[in-house]
Amino acid sequence: MSDALTDLLRTLSPQVLGILVRRGADFAAAEDAVQEALVEAWRHWPAEGTPAEPRGWLVKVAGRKLIDEQRSVSARQRRELRVHREPEPGPAEEADDALLLLSRCCHPSLTPASAVALTLRAVGGLTTGQIAEAFLVPEPTMGQRISRAKKTVSGQRFDTPGEVGSVLRVLYLIFNEGFTGEVDLAEEAIRLTRQLAASSDDPEVAGLLALMLLHHARRAARRTAAGAVVPLAEQDRSRWDTAMIAEGVDVLQAALARDALGEYQAQAAIAALHDDAARADETDWPQILEWYDELLRLAPSPVVALNRAVAVGEVDGPLAGIRILDGLPDDLPRRDAVAAWLHERAGHHAVAAERYAVAAARATTTGERDHLTRQAARLNAGLGEG
Amino acid sequence: MAVSEPKEPLMAKYLLLKHYRRTGPAWVPGTDIPMDQWSPEDVTAHIAFMQQVADELRESGEFVDAQALSPEGTWVRYDGEGRPPVTDGPFAETKDLIAGWMVIDVDSPERAYEAAARLSSAPGKDGAPIHEWLEVRPFMNELPPTVTE
Repeated sequence: MSDALTDLLRTLSPQVLGILVRRGADFAAAEDAVQEALVEAWRHWPAEGTPAEPRGWLVKVAGRKLIDEQRSVSARQRRELRVHREPEPGPAEEADDALLLLSRCCHPSLTPASAVALTLRAVGGLTTGQIAEAFLVPEPTMGQRISRAKKTVSGQRFDTPGEVGSVLRVLYLIFNEGFTGEVDLAEEAIRLTRQLAASSDDPEVAGLLALMLLHHARRAARRTAAGAVVPLAEQDRSRWDTAMIAEGVDVLQAALARDALGEYQAQAAIAALHDDAARADETDWPQILEWYDELLRLAPSPVVALNRAVAVGEVDGPLAGIRILDGLPDDLPRRDAVAAWLHERAGHHAVAAERYAVAAARATTTGERDHLTRQAARLNAGLGEG
Repeated sequence: MAVSEPKEPLMAKYLLLKHYRRTGPAWVPGTDIPMDQWSPEDVTAHIAFMQQVADELRESGEFVDAQALSPEGTWVRYDGEGRPPVTDGPFAETKDLIAGWMVIDVDSPERAYEAAARLSSAPGKDGAPIHEWLEVRPFMNELPPTVTE
């Protein structure tokens, strides 16, 4: 198996799918045909050499598969597809294809999980087995999920790009999944967002790309060698990827210059301010707080309010942060963890230890649970000595 | 600070636990009839139904795993360096035993409850639904989401 060929086919497969679908082919049928064409490519190219026009080759083979399928499915409707008559697309059409394909895979009629799976398969070019492994489910289960998603979005022609917002949401979800197995979903999300950003002048697309880069740059510092979660304030900042931060900042500044602020740009700005501090105590919290105010205006949610409480705690003192928490719902995830942090800063160690223990009991990931348990244990040990 | 955006309810895994005897809620009246007092046809129908529900969950792209456990187990513990493990049991009076489980990957807790209720509607004696209680437990993910402030 050649990695170069894998990469080439992963790049070409969404392009081929985009071409077929733009020419009017049914989405689900076209996706099946592309998969079959890829199998043909694997069968022939390694031995016979990659064709001079690999994409044209795939379009032709997939188009033929589509027509075969069409004939066998319905002999009555033996209408010729336009697939094999149209010329190769130019750059503008290619850019449109990328967004068309993404907006189809991220269609609002799909659940987020279905949209994620379909995007990784049809646009990301991952195999069903790889996607199944990334989400820790059996391959047939993931196969069913993808096949149902294809059926949901299939059937109707699509000529206009859909809402870019739902595409960004799905890419953000893929990024936030991180990586669990052989497939690095964070890097896959960055790759797809980069592709989209290359063909879109929407500043929120750039904002999301910047957000991803500015977070991904800290990946090496985010866990200890043993796998424990390291919070931002305690990370070894020399392990951050400065080139990636610089790229993220450039992308963000270009987006902000377009003067159409959105939630991804605001989140990226917060990430950039954290990345900009050489030490945790050099963090520009007043500016971060301003961005949280902006974010709360753009996309109000209890979660943003909770994160803002941390910034308030840094700027106006822990008691001010605690007062904000009092107005937030009790069942808000991580509210106890924030309360524990603020109480510790305020010198209320017994309360903080108790809040950390509650937060650990309510944690939804083992990484956070273990971190919070250690915090409670650390404070309890100190209380015992005192 | 370990604050993060909560994960969008992407898919989450749930364990649907089936108990032999349980310390949980009381039986629905009239449903506490041991399987060996059903007719053989009732037993067959019950097992076929369980298989059918698993197939439905495969079809909907939500099935992860299903296992049954032998009712009798052994208690085991470490007994010091170089010593063999200590074993104990089985205990006849155990109040609660896990009979088996199903693991599903679904997009909401409500959907997990719906799948559990479907399993609990399995036919029992004379084909009547058994209404058994199933325990639904969410899995913990290993890692928090990437975006952390």
